[in-house]
Amino acid sequence: MKTRRARFPAPRRTLRLLAVALLCGFALIWSTPLLWMLVASVRDIPFGSTDAASLMPDFKPTNAHFADAFAQGDFVRWYVNTLLVTLGILMVQLVTITLAGYAFARMEFRGKNLLFYLFLLQLTLAPPILIVPNTLMIVRLGLYDSLPGIMAPYFASAFGVFLMRQTFKTIPRDFEEAAILDGASFAQMIRLVLVPLARPGLIAFSIVSLTSHWNEFLWPLMVTDSPDKMVLTVGLTSFVRSAEQAADWGLVAAATLLVAGPLLVAFALFQRQFVNSFLFTGIK
Amino acid sequence: MAQALTEAAILAPRLERPAQARRTHSAISTSLAFWLLAPSFFLLFLFTYVPILEALTQAVSLEGFGGKPIGYGLGNFQRLFADASFWKALWNNLVYGLGTVAPSIILAVVLGVALQEATRLNALLRTMIVFPVVLPLVAVATLFAFVLMPGVGLLDHHLAKLGIAATNWLGSPDTALYAIIGLSIWKNAGYYMLFVLAGLQAIAPELHEAAKLDGAGPVSRFFRITLPLLKPTLAFILVIAIINVVTQIDHVIVLTGGGPSDSTNIILNYIFQAAHQQGDSGRAAAATVISVAALLSLSVASLRTLERGMHYES
Repeated sequence: MKTRRARFPAPRRTLRLLAVALLCGFALIWSTPLLWMLVASVRDIPFGSTDAASLMPDFKPTNAHFADAFAQGDFVRWYVNTLLVTLGILMVQLVTITLAGYAFARMEFRGKNLLFYLFLLQLTLAPPILIVPNTLMIVRLGLYDSLPGIMAPYFASAFGVFLMRQTFKTIPRDFEEAAILDGASFAQMIRLVLVPLARPGLIAFSIVSLTSHWNEFLWPLMVTDSPDKMVLTVGLTSFVRSAEQAADWGLVAAATLLVAGPLLVAFALFQRQFVNSFLFTGIK
Repeated sequence: MAQALTEAAILAPRLERPAQARRTHSAISTSLAFWLLAPSFFLLFLFTYVPILEALTQAVSLEGFGGKPIGYGLGNFQRLFADASFWKALWNNLVYGLGTVAPSIILAVVLGVALQEATRLNALLRTMIVFPVVLPLVAVATLFAFVLMPGVGLLDHHLAKLGIAATNWLGSPDTALYAIIGLSIWKNAGYYMLFVLAGLQAIAPELHEAAKLDGAGPVSRFFRITLPLLKPTLAFILVIAIINVVTQIDHVIVLTGGGPSDSTNIILNYIFQAAHQQGDSGRAAAATVISVAALLSLSVASLRTLERGMHYES
């Protein structure tokens, strides 16, 4: 501390303090929508109150809004559907991207470059832009209004393939050659040698995949129809519409927290892993 | 024949054998590669290539009454270009794009530079700024439905304390698009900041030390060292930001549905409405073809940038 004081002359120090104060103020204002969500979800807001926007917790927390949310909305089913969709997509993706990533990283074959560019196409063509023809495809495959219909277009991931290609390239070939010399089959070599070594890449991809499909809205909205096929995001919008009309802001806050909460908690707990995987993959 | 081969093998073992081995190896590896790539390729075929081709054929197919195809032509494009809503959506998307991309990237750079030192306070502030990134866009939208509520909402409630009168942010065609822009900046700036922080870490501290010794102040160091060296990072962020501006519309659907009077209607929402609400798949397909073409040219133009960004290990 002392050395620092000696290094900075007085006006410089006040300038620094001012900048810190400014940043803190900015971050606080930035966080108000989230703070409001936390406070309002457990706060008793009387009907017709003009004070719904208050950020002051009144220290008499109520769980009435959460109870209402579970009573009025089918949150349990929405959670189950969302978990099935996100985990289902991830399981298939992990297989497809490991195999294809290995082929692009390690093998020489005819048409490799052309195929590589064909894969690259999907990078910017996020499925939302293809909603119209993709919905037709899902209808044709008989998957309309089903959870597999929500999952299917994401089973292959160009991002994932590139990520795994990059990851495999950082692993020295010696490991594979040693395994093959020791009599491992190709499948064993992938499963027992490469996959464990490629874990950082797989984890990074998993976090991004889970986050983005948990948050996905437009596509599940397009390909499902019946209430029992709704995922959290779709359920939330239909649920919130009526709560908003009733100006039941505590309920809106609680329902939103129920949908966003799991990811916020996961992010708070595993911040480093989240940030690394966002950076690692670039595009969500 | 066989003898000749053996002879050759004896005479030039070193030359011949590796070449032969390489050839068989590559034959095996081609068929293996085929099987490794088959699942991904098949799925991409079903859900990317076929849909692109389908959008193309649908865009140039003409339909009679009852959806029966009656021929091919550019009728769908003609109808699309004759639709004032389409041009309005294109213009809105441009305003929305500029209004979102530039401020969020500037904010990301300023915050990244301000918070780059690894202190505990900075870590906390960074977390606060990044939180909206993991929120579902629809959850952001439902939150902002309250934030932007005229009179009682979070924004107006606190602006009233400063003596600013209530505004119908989402209800007025003059402010609705800016409200949507504000929401998008809030949602995405933290994400871009993460890349800026990673980019800053890659700048050798010696450069700043040397410039300091030469008497360069913080401002000139920022413009002469930091900014030029961040250029690849910024190019990468720019590409993601543009993609986001075209492909993210959940908040528009939830909050405004493109209204009031088309003021927040952007291209993907236009496509969604044409296909889903107006049942005009030909016009939707024509608009899809145009968006796909735009995104494909972007991805071709930015291949290098994207691939470099793919492995931003920090």
